[in-house]
Amino acid sequence: MTADLNSYLFVGAVLFVCGVICMATKRNGIGVLMGVELVLNGANVNFVAFSKYTDLGLDGQVISLFVIVLAAAEAAVALAIALNFYNNYLSIDVDRANKLKG
Amino acid sequence: MSGESFLFTVFAAATCLSAVAVVFSQTVVRMAFWLIIALGSTSALFFLANADFVGAAQLLIYVGGTLVLLVFGVMLTASGPYLKIATSPGEIVLGGLVGLLFLFVVFASLNGVEWRKPTAHSIEAGSQVVAAGNTLRPLGLSFLGSRPDKDSSTDGNVLTPGYLLPFEIVSVHLLVVLIGAAYLARAKRRAVQPN
Repeated sequence: MTADLNSYLFVGAVLFVCGVICMATKRNGIGVLMGVELVLNGANVNFVAFSKYTDLGLDGQVISLFVIVLAAAEAAVALAIALNFYNNYLSIDVDRANKLKG
Repeated sequence: MSGESFLFTVFAAATCLSAVAVVFSQTVVRMAFWLIIALGSTSALFFLANADFVGAAQLLIYVGGTLVLLVFGVMLTASGPYLKIATSPGEIVLGGLVGLLFLFVVFASLNGVEWRKPTAHSIEAGSQVVAAGNTLRPLGLSFLGSRPDKDSSTDGNVLTPGYLLPFEIVSVHLLVVLIGAAYLARAKRRAVQPN
């Protein structure tokens, strides 16, 4: 497997799909968060690969830096929500979050 | 097989396999462990793609910050050791099938695209900056709008708007979000019932 653009994109696609499956199937709220992190990393791999192999230049690297920072912000808020949910329900099972069901 | 290809194969395999392991682990502690492996080898891939500052930021912020936060979340929300909220086998099989189908679709569409190759001028301009792997100074300059990696021969416009304003917005956003998260996660005192 040589290191070219398509190989990087394949790695990014695998990370993305694993993250989506993780978000869809995990019942643990923290597990859903880990799926989100995987998806964001797949996008980052793509940005950095495009920055190296096309004439995107440094733009891709700057955008992936922004993605890293925003992922940190997202994780902080989501963990605060998860802690509140745990305090109210004494469980982190997302199937029990059904109060807003119509 | 060159050294770069060998390293790329090793770290790409580590990334993909540990990402799959995150999906199929049942205890959340093991998921966190595999996620650390996946994100660490992703940062190795960044280093291989000459993005040394992004790789270092990935290690510092993601593996050092976000994952520690996630592990704290695991500890604070576990009602016992090795908390296991099992997904039913049928859902795992269904998720795996849908995932394989989705992966096939993404692979097929990736192979179908002819990505635009960089022009000779931009290769020449970018190779001095990006291919050297020393991206810290060009990244800082790009925040100010000076782009040494861009092809300046076509439009003659080296000074671009720069990333300073988005950087400021993201900084303030991060500050507001962290204050909000601390407010959300604060320990609530329940009112003492007067007897």
